[in-house]
Amino acid sequence: MAISDTTGGMDTTAGELHEEHHHGPAKGIGRWLFTTNHKDIGSLYLWFSLLMFLTGGVMALLIRAELFQPGLQLVEPGFFNQMTTMHGLIMVFGAVMPAFVGLANWMIPMMIGAPDMALPRMNNWSFWILPFAFAMLVSTLFMDGGAPNFGWTFYAPLSTTYAPPSVTYFIFAIHIMGASSIMGAINIIATILNMRAPGMTMMKLPLFVWSWLITAFLLIAVMPVLAGVVTMMLMDIHFGTSFFNAAGGGDPVLFQHVFWFFGHPEVYIMILPAFGIISQIIPTFSRKKLFGYASMVYATASIAILSFLVWAHHMFTVGLPLVGELFFMFATMLIAVPTGVKVFNWVATMFRGSLTFETPMLFAIAFVVLFTIGGFSGLMLAIAPVDFQYHDTYFVVAHFHYVLVPGAIFSIMAAVYYWLPKWTGHQLNETMGKLHFWLSFVGVNITFFPMHFIGLAGMPRRIPDYALQFADFNMVASIGAFIFGFSQLLFVWNVIQNVRSGEKATSQVWEGAEGLEWTVDSPAPYHTFSTPPKVD
Amino acid sequence: MGMIRIISRSFPLTLLPLTARAEWTLNLSPGVTEISRSIYDLHMTIFWICVAIGCVVFGIMFWSIFHHRKSRGAKAHHFHEHTLVEVIWTLIPLGILVAMAVPATATLVKMYDPKDAGLDVQVTGYQWKWRYQYLDQDLDFFSNLATPREQVSNEQAKSENYLLEVDRHLVLPTDTKIRFLLTANDVIHSWWVPALAVKKDAIPGFINEAWTQIDEPGIYRGQCAELCGKDHGFMPIVVEAVPPEEFQQWLADAKAEKAAAAEAANRSWTLDELMQRGEQVYLSSCAACHQASGEGLPPAFPALKNSPIAVGDVGAHIDIVLNGKSGTAMQAFRDQLDPVELAAVITYERNAWGNSTGEAVSPTQIADRLGAAAEGEGN
Repeated sequence: MAISDTTGGMDTTAGELHEEHHHGPAKGIGRWLFTTNHKDIGSLYLWFSLLMFLTGGVMALLIRAELFQPGLQLVEPGFFNQMTTMHGLIMVFGAVMPAFVGLANWMIPMMIGAPDMALPRMNNWSFWILPFAFAMLVSTLFMDGGAPNFGWTFYAPLSTTYAPPSVTYFIFAIHIMGASSIMGAINIIATILNMRAPGMTMMKLPLFVWSWLITAFLLIAVMPVLAGVVTMMLMDIHFGTSFFNAAGGGDPVLFQHVFWFFGHPEVYIMILPAFGIISQIIPTFSRKKLFGYASMVYATASIAILSFLVWAHHMFTVGLPLVGELFFMFATMLIAVPTGVKVFNWVATMFRGSLTFETPMLFAIAFVVLFTIGGFSGLMLAIAPVDFQYHDTYFVVAHFHYVLVPGAIFSIMAAVYYWLPKWTGHQLNETMGKLHFWLSFVGVNITFFPMHFIGLAGMPRRIPDYALQFADFNMVASIGAFIFGFSQLLFVWNVIQNVRSGEKATSQVWEGAEGLEWTVDSPAPYHTFSTPPKVD
Repeated sequence: MGMIRIISRSFPLTLLPLTARAEWTLNLSPGVTEISRSIYDLHMTIFWICVAIGCVVFGIMFWSIFHHRKSRGAKAHHFHEHTLVEVIWTLIPLGILVAMAVPATATLVKMYDPKDAGLDVQVTGYQWKWRYQYLDQDLDFFSNLATPREQVSNEQAKSENYLLEVDRHLVLPTDTKIRFLLTANDVIHSWWVPALAVKKDAIPGFINEAWTQIDEPGIYRGQCAELCGKDHGFMPIVVEAVPPEEFQQWLADAKAEKAAAAEAANRSWTLDELMQRGEQVYLSSCAACHQASGEGLPPAFPALKNSPIAVGDVGAHIDIVLNGKSGTAMQAFRDQLDPVELAAVITYERNAWGNSTGEAVSPTQIADRLGAAAEGEGN
């Protein structure tokens, strides 16, 4: 797309420049507490997500340290269960989801030529309730009876009748996180549908914006279901109902149906924005337009729709009737088709391009390869009769970590490296970036690839101690986890250095980059597109 | 083997034992039933399909990475859509999936056919043990982890079947269709034996069905697969498959043993005898929660040392062991242990760790209690 009139930055008229001086950021802590600026709020989300990523990461390392050898060395089984639960909850709700919302806040207005988000005050609120939710969740670690210990999927009745007293705090924290996500999603939809610059038609939207639009609808559809299921738990625990208590006429399996009706779309909430990011980065460094733009949009929408029809593939062993098993098996296998289309499109974009391999591109290529490996194991898990062997083993742990770590997390890192010069005005330190990439890439594979083997060999997930035939690969996985974990300190260091200093970045930043965000200065001024650009 | 293992433990990078068990460690086991073998075949088929697709897709990608790099002077082409190609690469995966769905459906249909079973076994999950009831055979027992706690806490060398050994095996006949009826007493568990390819959730309030027919005699080990609380990793399953004649013999022996145990309840037991027996029972049935030291893990699992129950009124103590305490993790042990074991463990709790009541609870006392309760129910 060609941009005929770029405003913001150097091209603004004298009058607008004058106005910008009066509307710069406020001073002190108040800037962050009361901000309604999409860039400030984006930064808050991203820093918060980084903090949660490191917190959840420390828990993962504790888990891997305990599993380094058979026998109990460091922690008690009860505390081990608290660690697996909190690691999952913090990574899903605290690291991955807020990071994507942060990227959406920063980039969507700049990509569609809008001056800010549609609902800036709600934007402030949807971020600032998050620290309270997570402070409450983490505080359960210090309570009598300990933190939630029933897994991030919190199956009843382990999470109701048999739960520690802190479960009530967990329920309230989930409610707040849900409210935050719903507000964020409403804001994103309102922004994309109402605030596009003239000429920015829907089929011209950058794919990151498209994928977030679809993700936001998923969020609005399923976060209330999550709120519903935790409320039913609350009623069972404190108000004498028996939704999930068989002794009172309830049904423990109902919990799983309601949870996974939220939980499966949730999986796509964590991966669709990643697809969007990769679809921005690969064309830039291939110096070639994205192959199959329209089919990318349709594939994303199909995945989103199918995601509502596959929830019970998480429940193949609960005793579903045969017809149910077959339906969910076929529907799940079908998801491989649009997902495959996406991978083929990325490869076709690289094909006959003019490729360079800066840090964001390295992460993007690793995403395509490793996410596809996670997709393959997902396809294997979809085959219901075979899933009876895979279900609840380390094979599943390997599968979802492949799609979430070198999937979602790598895409977030790729996005940060890609847009960081635009945010800070400083060119990336490529040497540090590449070092971080290679250590992460090697670490992630050493950690999660052996988990396929121990899963197939028969090791159940969520156990603090294991039989001797699983020992070797557990040790390998633990070594990999420490390599991966500690190399993230390089990422933190690199980002902080980039914020503080570095070579001045141009507004274009990357040679092959296209889109409105590259027409404004680096760093992007506090207010961009106060007058909308015109897109042909 | 044990020695090699210890050495390899102390030298983290010595991965030598790996090669000796490579097959078992890297992949699914084909198992010992018709179903487990079809599942293994499906697994390998879908695996090779994935490998083939991966080779093509990653192959093209890496070809581009090497040949279409800017540093080699590659100029970007300008194509960005091609309807025919896009239709083809949508239809080919669809075709592969349909081809895969056919055998998968066939196997699944077979797995869902538990008709005409020669033996019915009810499997009940408890926190953290399994109960096996041979329906119509009047045989019913619990199966607990047999690995000593000292091995878990690294005070003793680990045995060959560390964490995969139990005090009583589930003995099953080969060449017989066996139907499992699965349920749970507290939370959801999942009964899984990889060699039989049977994994089914045991859910409180529901009865699930599964079946198997074992072709080869042998010992097959498995574990609980659904997170069920603190000791989820410590409730293994051991199936011992024996030829049908041997199974009949085992059944007769097991029933005779049960009768002998009932007989033993009638003789008188000294305090020392009860303490000795009680310690064994305590370690296998109680120590997971109340700990070998009797100090428990409060608040979920209270201490027994100096507790008002263990040093207070003996009637109340017997009552809580027999009937459990609702709303807590304390189970009813009346069906889990026989009168001798119950008497012994209560005696032990009242006289161990400095709880010096000096009281011995006799098996007849327990039997009377159980008898009276049964009569009460009868009325």
